[in-house]
Amino acid sequence: MAGNQEFDADRAQDFRVVGTRPARPDGMDKVTGKARFGADMNMPGQLIGKILRSPHPHARIKSIDASEALAMPGVKAVVTAEDFNADAKDRDVLTNIMARDKALYEGHAVAAVAATSRIKAQQALKRIKVNYEILPHVTDVDAAMQPDAPILHDDMFTQGLDEKPAKPSNINARHEFGHGDVEKGFAQADIVIERDFKTAATHQGYIEPHACVANVGADGMSELWVCTQGHFHVRSQCASLLGMDVSRLRVTASEIGGGFGGKTTVFIEPVALALSRKAGRPVKLVMTREEVFKASGPTASSSMRVKIGVKKDGTITAGEASLNYQGGAFPGAPADFGAMSAFACYDLENVKAVAFDVVTNRPKGAAYRAPGAPMSVFAVESVVDELAKEIGMDPFDLRLKNAARDGSKSSYGPKFGKIGLVACLEAAKAHPHYAAPLGPNQGRGVASGFWFNFGGETCSNLNVNEDGTITLAVGTPDIGGSRASMCIMVAEELEVPYERVRAIVADTSALGFNDTTEGSRVTFSSGMALIKAARKAKEEMCKRAAMMWDIPAEAVYWAEGAAHPSGPNAGDFEPMTIEEIAGSAAKTGGPIAGHHEYNADGAGVSFGTHIVDTEVDPETGYVKILRYTVVQDAGKAIHPDYVEGQFQGGAVQGIGWALNEEYIYGEDGRLQNATFLDYRLPVASDLPMIDTVIVEVPNPGHPYGVRGVGETGIVPPLAALANSVSAAAGVRLTDLPMSPPKVLKAIGATKLAAE
Amino acid sequence: MRYEAPGTIEEAATLLARESGIARVLAGGTDLLVQLRAGMIEPDLVVDVKRIPAMMDIVEENGGFRIGAGVSCARMGEHAALVAAWPGVVEGAELIGSTQVQGRATMTGNLCNCGPAADSVPGLVAAKAVATVVGPEGRREILVKDIPAGPGKSNLKKGEIVESIFLPKRPERSGDAYLRFIPRTEMDIAVVGVGVSLTLDADGTITEAGVGLGAVAPTVLDVEDAAKAIIGSKLDEAALEKLAAAASAACNPINDKRGTIEFRVDVAGVLAKRAAKIAYKRAGGK
Amino acid sequence: MSGIHVSTTINGDQIDYVCEPEETMLDVLRDRLGMTGAKEGCSTGDCGACSITVDGRLTCSCLMLGAEAGGHEIGTVEGVAQGNELHPVQQKILDHAALQCGVCTPGIVVAAKALLEKNPDPTETEVRYWLAGNLCRCTGYDKIIRAVMDAAQELRSA
Repeated sequence: MAGNQEFDADRAQDFRVVGTRPARPDGMDKVTGKARFGADMNMPGQLIGKILRSPHPHARIKSIDASEALAMPGVKAVVTAEDFNADAKDRDVLTNIMARDKALYEGHAVAAVAATSRIKAQQALKRIKVNYEILPHVTDVDAAMQPDAPILHDDMFTQGLDEKPAKPSNINARHEFGHGDVEKGFAQADIVIERDFKTAATHQGYIEPHACVANVGADGMSELWVCTQGHFHVRSQCASLLGMDVSRLRVTASEIGGGFGGKTTVFIEPVALALSRKAGRPVKLVMTREEVFKASGPTASSSMRVKIGVKKDGTITAGEASLNYQGGAFPGAPADFGAMSAFACYDLENVKAVAFDVVTNRPKGAAYRAPGAPMSVFAVESVVDELAKEIGMDPFDLRLKNAARDGSKSSYGPKFGKIGLVACLEAAKAHPHYAAPLGPNQGRGVASGFWFNFGGETCSNLNVNEDGTITLAVGTPDIGGSRASMCIMVAEELEVPYERVRAIVADTSALGFNDTTEGSRVTFSSGMALIKAARKAKEEMCKRAAMMWDIPAEAVYWAEGAAHPSGPNAGDFEPMTIEEIAGSAAKTGGPIAGHHEYNADGAGVSFGTHIVDTEVDPETGYVKILRYTVVQDAGKAIHPDYVEGQFQGGAVQGIGWALNEEYIYGEDGRLQNATFLDYRLPVASDLPMIDTVIVEVPNPGHPYGVRGVGETGIVPPLAALANSVSAAAGVRLTDLPMSPPKVLKAIGATKLAAE
Repeated sequence: MRYEAPGTIEEAATLLARESGIARVLAGGTDLLVQLRAGMIEPDLVVDVKRIPAMMDIVEENGGFRIGAGVSCARMGEHAALVAAWPGVVEGAELIGSTQVQGRATMTGNLCNCGPAADSVPGLVAAKAVATVVGPEGRREILVKDIPAGPGKSNLKKGEIVESIFLPKRPERSGDAYLRFIPRTEMDIAVVGVGVSLTLDADGTITEAGVGLGAVAPTVLDVEDAAKAIIGSKLDEAALEKLAAAASAACNPINDKRGTIEFRVDVAGVLAKRAAKIAYKRAGGK
Repeated sequence: MSGIHVSTTINGDQIDYVCEPEETMLDVLRDRLGMTGAKEGCSTGDCGACSITVDGRLTCSCLMLGAEAGGHEIGTVEGVAQGNELHPVQQKILDHAALQCGVCTPGIVVAAKALLEKNPDPTETEVRYWLAGNLCRCTGYDKIIRAVMDAAQELRSA
């Protein structure tokens, strides 16, 4: 898992811009309301699109009759599955964006309309007649795995088994990771604890619903404005789904109002393009909040069993996990990532994690911040907490005794390089929070977490403008302040003021392919690309200076934003500034630029440890969060404000997952809480300040030591909260969310048992 | 859909009475607009009552308070005399939605939507508040507790509009309180809501009481047994236990996405005790 | 359907528009007047991204009909800065990095300004409860609360 050795330790001693906290370049527009998000764009002559969605969780579509809708005044086009490329590469996405033979979940798109106004489009939806044959449905992961469960896909035969099964099932795949012999390990243990756990499906909960405006010309020249984490990915998917050449489709990423993984795929974008192609006019399509809940990509729900054995001295002898994740109506629940992450915080001789990817009649899941990890780590860290209590050991000491360290063989295979888990555990243990007193009905919980982080395909450009300022073009949408980080890194590298650099997110026709803003990759990958682009530009500027001084290029070096002769032998010249070099560029060979394109490797893994105090009302089961501390390894914090922001935001999403957020399905297979009223995101008054400690164990794979920080923060909170609430309530809670009725019931059950 | 904003309540009542299709009254609109947008209702006529001056004021009357149907909950919270006399009623009204919703939502709208979990209603029921209703047949008065008929259904007749709600003059040594349970601190619909109003004699014995319970039955309940449980007591432990038992016994809730039957029954008792203690203290009891 | 003519004041400017009776104030601002600072996050009054003020009082523009605005004074995020001069709430949000994606930010700006006009010296708890109707999914609210407290202090010392 080691990439190239990129980290320059000497340079890191002397950062001038890296680690400062300047204002972000897009900030002014965002506080004044000028920034343009997905729904803020309009094209001349545009129509409004609306999507008809299945009211049934599972039904065969026998016929669709749109003739009445098409006859209504103002209705310009109707599309159904027939309007998409049946040979598209990704069949699951093709079937998800518009149902073909069957509607597989409540909210599954069935047809779409473009009309001259929203109201007309809505009225037209009511006039499309769909003849459904209702089929039995299943929404629960354990129920979907039963042999007699309603089958979603007749062609789904579990992959990853020794033999292909004889019958189709809802289990798409089995995954297994680990090493050693867990049975031998459990035999060596003094205490073995085995528990079952459940987590509900949650939603990323971005505040901006999916939105786009599409325009397909009669000549096929097309453009798409969209809020997405990955406009290049949107382009390739849409081109395939519509049967277009990639070059015909230009995708511009708008400002994006949150994604957290949920905007890494397509839902409405191909539909808007298909409507525009058919109507011959631009089409704007915006999801309602209800559609976001019912028809975008929430995360998996899970049902898990974890077993861990420990010796009295605290040595963990074996860990085993069995994980069932349902990811909606198509394959792809992040069960494999769950299995890989479950024990990643531990250096174990014997470890085994088995995971099943299961389909149910729910919307197809999408990524959600460290996909798959929060659930399995919740289960493992809960059992570790219980073991610590059982053997009377401090929970940090138990974790430190077994912690993954530099060179440990990871639970999912590769050896770890340089990692920061021990540093996080030690910092958390030493934090004043951990020593603070607790009152009655209060409890403290700790937990660690891990995420892989990702590099990926990246292409960035740097242009030295004619006045010596710098413009950066990146292909990774800025979801949390990354443009500021890009400017910081380039200012550092070129030794120019931050204010002289401006970064923009370029559209798909301006750059080569870029992977999506996901996997905590942007500051790492796009950042490294720009550092390398800046190095190329520096080299070029030294060359230009050498040309003007008429000395060899090797005799020039770059410092303080200027070219310098390397010594008296090279010549007695005043340093030539970037402004001077840029101003004379026309005479020395034309524009000066740097660019870098690569498939980034070496995105160092990131660990974190959280501490949380809660108070439980024993009469109502209400949980109040008293204090919260996040400790996480950032490698190097380029813009510490936004690193802290990632830590805090991840922690609070985890708090929501732990306490109140959940997809609630009725017996009828319909989602009962598709509103922000009843899908309960944490609100400002639910929370205390979220304290942060940035640990910096440099990633050898990045010139400045950067590790991705976006995702790890959501991994520890589920377990930290469960450990804290369990301590406060005096009863172990294993079923998320720990909503008040569940907590009160658990307290009641213990009271009864005590009597 | 037509939108009308008449200047008098008589005009408004006439518009509503004459409409042959679906008609809705728009006060704060914090429920109506949500239903409109979601396509849950498609009214032919919406009558905005906020241009009717008589419905937009809080007036002190015979020592009590008359609160116009168009008065936002936020304005109730800013009325010092009302807050001093009926803190429980005001805190119920002020728990409806966010700050933004507070600026629009009205207590009367909350009442007339007839939601079982309406936060402002248990306090009004405990207070024995009276609504003035104007309709084609003129004005009438009706106890607030008699307006809801069931979830989303009221006992008002076609063309009738609630003009105001009257909170009577408080005897000395009176206090009220409203508590609700929600899983978060804000922004939720009550899983259980309890309003308690009481009056003490000079030595701290409760002489009069009202207990309203929300979110535990198809309509907000006026729980007379719960009131009786504390009348004649100084809210000692035994009275509190009787109160809790009566409140729990009155519950007839459902399991839904917001809570279980078991939870609602238990917590109704817990909150009744807690609300009674606050009301007792506010009344000057020790 | 028939259009309704409305005469109102938005950010101090007299504005006339015609809207359908079903249209919300948010629809009117965004689709008829091109003022897209207010965002539609939920259309149920639960997220606060569409916050405006009506006669100085904080409101969700998705919970008000466009037809209701006649004769009132509407305030939107576009009117918070005076020309190029940011309101202290806006400046402090920038200074504290109290935004990540920024889609909730216009609503937070409008709501926080309304708070400080009503209560110049709020406690942390008061700020948190006042802003409970403004959902932010990115920040965990920490930096937002700090920014508003800091803006309050600056306004008090000004």
